[in-house]
Amino acid sequence: MILATYSLWLRDVLRFLRQPSRVIGALLTPVIFWFVIGSGLGSSFQTATGETGFLRYYFPGSLALIVLFTALFSTISIIEDRQEGFLQGVLASPAPRAAIVLGKALGGTTLAVINGLVFMLLLPFSGLSPGVGEVGAAMACVALLGLALSGLGIMIAWPMRSAQGFHGIMNAVLVPMWLLSGALFPASGASGWVQTLMRLNPLTPAVDILRALLTGAPAGNVATAAGTLAVFALITLSISTLLVSRPSQ
Amino acid sequence: MTALEVTDLQHRYGERESLRGLSFSVAAGDLFALLGPNGGGKTTLFKIISTLMAPTSGAVEVFGIDVARQPAEARRRLGVVFQSAAVDPWLTVLENLRHHGYLYGLSGAPLGRGIERALERFGLTPRAGDRVGTLSGGLRRRVELAKVLLPEPPLLVLDEPSSGLDPTARRELLQELRRLCEDAGTTIVLTTHLIEEAAVADRVGILHEGQLVAIGAPGDLVANVPAGQPTLNDVFTHHTGTGLSS
Repeated sequence: MILATYSLWLRDVLRFLRQPSRVIGALLTPVIFWFVIGSGLGSSFQTATGETGFLRYYFPGSLALIVLFTALFSTISIIEDRQEGFLQGVLASPAPRAAIVLGKALGGTTLAVINGLVFMLLLPFSGLSPGVGEVGAAMACVALLGLALSGLGIMIAWPMRSAQGFHGIMNAVLVPMWLLSGALFPASGASGWVQTLMRLNPLTPAVDILRALLTGAPAGNVATAAGTLAVFALITLSISTLLVSRPSQ
Repeated sequence: MTALEVTDLQHRYGERESLRGLSFSVAAGDLFALLGPNGGGKTTLFKIISTLMAPTSGAVEVFGIDVARQPAEARRRLGVVFQSAAVDPWLTVLENLRHHGYLYGLSGAPLGRGIERALERFGLTPRAGDRVGTLSGGLRRRVELAKVLLPEPPLLVLDEPSSGLDPTARRELLQELRRLCEDAGTTIVLTTHLIEEAAVADRVGILHEGQLVAIGAPGDLVANVPAGQPTLNDVFTHHTGTGLSS
């Protein structure tokens, strides 16, 4: 189990590092998302957020977006692997199906953490000054969120037969999920039904935790939020394992 | 000893029957070829044997283990070679072999020795550090075989193994499969639509529209056809009323 998980994780990381376009994209995306969008939209959202610096408010939301993009899109390789035949080789091996899911999810998580760490290098320019402990805890939250979202990505990618279909579904899931997480605007000013959706959104507790840790903003119960996130990860990984375990008919 | 036992195997895709009550067995150490045209049910059978697809009814046993009921156990005894090489082009030859070994629970010195042997056997030692994406189709096939044979599976199943290979690479591959049977005692089951590929087998099963219409040693099959100097192609036509190219 451990060897198979390790092997699949390592493969994902090696593939990432050997594709320069992916590395460059990983380095540039955080900067573009945070600085350009944050600076461009900052004045428009200043009143709504009630904060003096939108870039400060937006920093944890950008981090969540980076994890969301990286983890979910890392699972597109499942479709490529199926088309290229590599996946069949893995499925015909005695590797436990849970190891296949975990290896893949940990691969996505690692890429999300790498991107998250790169983004954290912008902290000195954000006006935020969290302690080392807070940054460490934020990265742990990033890892847990990455694991949950990779699990979600596997759930979506597994039954898909084309990358185009995957992109379509991803966009339908990803954008609303991020918009309704509190990353861009707080729940307090939103209408009732939007607030309900925001409470149900599994990304919301992650954004709450990251905001509490990085900006010092008051948050609800961080432990409960982390627990919710852990349950979300458990659910997505379990469903993915069930899907992967079923032979085709 | 029976390596593969297929009993009354049926498979349906919706209304279409792809396998219709298939029964045959393969003795340990034999090279068995399933000959048939594309769409004849070969790949469906291959997927069921390799645990990737569930049969509608019937059973497949690998060394006495039911592949549908105990897939994980069956997979330990199976080496599976797909039509398109299941190797990662971004990894080196060595990394692909190591990855496969880990999936089979191999590690440390046994894995290292196994990799060394596999590289030598397939003449891949000088290319061990090359990314698979830079290799020719024939070399990729050798990497695939080296990888699949690393855990020393007693039963090797191959789906159209020489697909995409030039005649020289195809001949080398068939020679290697023959050697595997004779030297290592590996049981080999391959699917093919090529007469010359089936001709190297100890026994050939002719699969037509999901049914096994003839089975036997190539010499026996040919001898039973009333013609001047029949070939396996004539045998196929005799039993199915159609040529392999149709």
